[in-house]
Amino acid sequence: MARLITSAALALALSAPAFAQEGQWSAADEYYDTVEMDEARRQLQHEGGGTRHLFLQADRLEYQSNDGAPLLVWDAQGWYGGDLNRIWVKTEGEHSLAEDSIEGFEVEALYSRAITPYFDLQAGLRQDFDPDFETTYAVVGLQGLAPYWFEVDGAVYLSDLGDLTAGFEAEYELLLTQRLVLQPRAELSFSAQDVPELGLGAGLSSAEAGARLRYEIDRQFAPYIGVSWQEKFGKTVDFAQLEGEDTHSVSFVLGVRLWY
Amino acid sequence: MTRIDRRGFLTAGAASGLAASGLLPAWARSQSVIAPQSGLSGTEFDLTIGRSPVRIDGRPGRAITINGTIPAPLLRWREGDDITLRVTNTLDADTSIHWHGILIPFHMDGVPGVSFPGIRPGETFTYRFPVRQAGTYWYHSHSGLQEQLGHYGPIVIDPAGSDPVAYDREYVIVLSDWTFMDPHRLFDELKKSADSLNYQKRTFADFLADVREEGLGDAIAQRDMWARMRMMRTDISDVTGATYTYLINGHGPQDNWTALFSRGERVRLRIINASAMSLLNFRIPGLAMTVVQADGLNVQPVETDEFQMGVAETYDVIVEPTEDRAYAIVAEAIDRSGMGVATLAPRLGMRAEAPPLRERPLLTMTDMGMGGHAGHDSAMAAGAGMAMDHGSNGNHAAMEHDGPALGTMNHDSMDHGAMVGGGAAMVEHNHPQWPGVANVAMAPISRLDEPGIGLEDVPHRTLSYSQLRSLDPNPDSRAPGREIELHLTSNMERYMWSFDGVRFSEVVEPIVFRQDERLRLTMVNDTMMPHPIHLHGMFFDVVNHEGDHLPRKHTIIVKPGERLSVDITANEVGDWAFHCHLLYHMHAGMMQVVSVRADAESHLNAHAHSGHHAHMTGRD
Repeated sequence: MARLITSAALALALSAPAFAQEGQWSAADEYYDTVEMDEARRQLQHEGGGTRHLFLQADRLEYQSNDGAPLLVWDAQGWYGGDLNRIWVKTEGEHSLAEDSIEGFEVEALYSRAITPYFDLQAGLRQDFDPDFETTYAVVGLQGLAPYWFEVDGAVYLSDLGDLTAGFEAEYELLLTQRLVLQPRAELSFSAQDVPELGLGAGLSSAEAGARLRYEIDRQFAPYIGVSWQEKFGKTVDFAQLEGEDTHSVSFVLGVRLWY
Repeated sequence: MTRIDRRGFLTAGAASGLAASGLLPAWARSQSVIAPQSGLSGTEFDLTIGRSPVRIDGRPGRAITINGTIPAPLLRWREGDDITLRVTNTLDADTSIHWHGILIPFHMDGVPGVSFPGIRPGETFTYRFPVRQAGTYWYHSHSGLQEQLGHYGPIVIDPAGSDPVAYDREYVIVLSDWTFMDPHRLFDELKKSADSLNYQKRTFADFLADVREEGLGDAIAQRDMWARMRMMRTDISDVTGATYTYLINGHGPQDNWTALFSRGERVRLRIINASAMSLLNFRIPGLAMTVVQADGLNVQPVETDEFQMGVAETYDVIVEPTEDRAYAIVAEAIDRSGMGVATLAPRLGMRAEAPPLRERPLLTMTDMGMGGHAGHDSAMAAGAGMAMDHGSNGNHAAMEHDGPALGTMNHDSMDHGAMVGGGAAMVEHNHPQWPGVANVAMAPISRLDEPGIGLEDVPHRTLSYSQLRSLDPNPDSRAPGREIELHLTSNMERYMWSFDGVRFSEVVEPIVFRQDERLRLTMVNDTMMPHPIHLHGMFFDVVNHEGDHLPRKHTIIVKPGERLSVDITANEVGDWAFHCHLLYHMHAGMMQVVSVRADAESHLNAHAHSGHHAHMTGRD
């Protein structure tokens, strides 16, 4: 089912525009070859708003001190498409430097459609590549720019085992100078039920908040430093303690933000 | 009565001070790319479009040139001549030349996909047409983004009879914006992060300064509305001096292009804004300028000290320098992020001191389309608090507030044309409300008597459209038979630009004019940027007063939040491009085709009283 949705979305997003011919302008066809004019008209109209673009961004590519168990963390995303219909790919993950192993790694592939000037409705699949437990989710989310310039991204996830979870992120950019930017950021994770396999308790399962201070050497290249605070809540804490995992950490972070 | 000093022409391009970096004067260092002002004249012209190396302020770049120069050669025509121009394309992509402002058979107008198929690589295309007018015009590519890379040049047409403007010497001043970036990459960046090229945003330090001046409450209130609407008061130019080097006749500020005068001479400057994206404020500190021509057509002389030029506009001015000193010719970007500078001097080797950049202007509530209600920004934000938020709720122009001035406005039941607080008429917005339209001007006003963003409070005279009067009586003084209303629309966050909410890529039929009809085109700017709107093939008669001396223009700036009317005589049958002359706005979809048809009756019935007939499909 999810695959069907995805391929239909791809077809919709990537289908070439077709122009209705009735009522089209064609006065020049009296002087020039109609086939050549048709091609020129198609080209001109395509250029006038129909161009597609590729966006790639590593919002966070960073080292986290994580109370002595340092991590490399990435949070990257990208899209391809036009103004309204896009294919998004998002990935987040962390690599433990102490154990030299990937701790968690997820990828989302979404079809995205603008539903308001500032917000996109997104749907697709998420795959988690946990070392012990791989999970596939169907995803529906909303991403965009909220009033007061908050960049927000929220989604609900339904796993292949029927578990329902949700995540919400918000970021803000405070310009200290034209190039020095303070970016506060918060992320909340929720679960509709206990999922012992994933160590999730029902309700608010975890939160992460941080602030990153970056310097935009170029708009597309900005190293940063910051702090990140992570906390688990409710029954998620119990699961974590059973596994001998931390339930709380404060990290110094050092990273770089990139986009193309 | 007219005496043109040919010597003045010949020396102009050569005249230059010592370049900052090199041992040679700029003209010698870069002579392969600097067109001498002698230009090309006659009735037969051979133009070759190709790639050429250039040096801009000493830095090497690659340009698209005509006959090897930036700007392209000055073409000097004579009114009444039949001319032939053979244009050879040595690029590896299609190209074209559009003759901007020239009255011409439409199939010679040079817009690929509208007037002809374009000029293929290796091909020579021959343009032939009679010259029916006189004045200062220009020519440029209408293919892709080639214009950004140098594909533009001036045209001067000498009148068949005597010139009502007397002058001893003349110079063509071609203003432009140069980038070393690939323009496609530039457009790509705008699509992905529309504000990324702006390095003049308001910062936390500006906020603290406002707190000191206005108090915490007002400083917050003033920011509240702009932030709620996701609008920036510094969003004046999409591409700024951080990216552009502003050129005068192909010379950067370091290259110091120089024009010479003898004291007491009347010097005619034919100024053309050939920029891709930059509205420019033009002035010569210390010299009054008498405007004698706008967009190629003579106007009743009006003296001023500074004027704002939309992309593609031209002004001819007379200056009479009397002092034995160098004057700076200044073309400052509207957002004050950079300037083009040249020198007007009595002798070679002099260099005028450029004035400092002035403080960048901020957009106001009037620019937001709040018209006369706006008053002071802080008062607005704190008090009435109108906002047009199309964002999160998707409700067309939801008025989020119960401001005392406006009461509650529910768009679903709103009586279009209802009067609001201050007395201006609400405007009808029957174009599609969808993600491509982020805001609408609730109470647009006429801004013809304003000089343009940032020039409201300069300590000298400025020019506004309301001051312009045609020298000749208008050729057609009929009252318009109908009115078309067209909205200039955008979603700046997605870098979408359109007419009536419909990007050109989605347009399924042109705007139809009936042959020889007189009609009124009323444009409402729903965006927060000024747009130089250009119609090919026919002039706009700018409705700036009652009478028959309306100034006639091929390009007119529609200011943010403005409602502006022009009358058009549709006497040129054929298909004509109609677009915003900001290159990347056009490229994003702010374009249409006007089709002047002899058999337009049936179409007109279908679309009577409306320019809002384009269909939406919602595709990308």
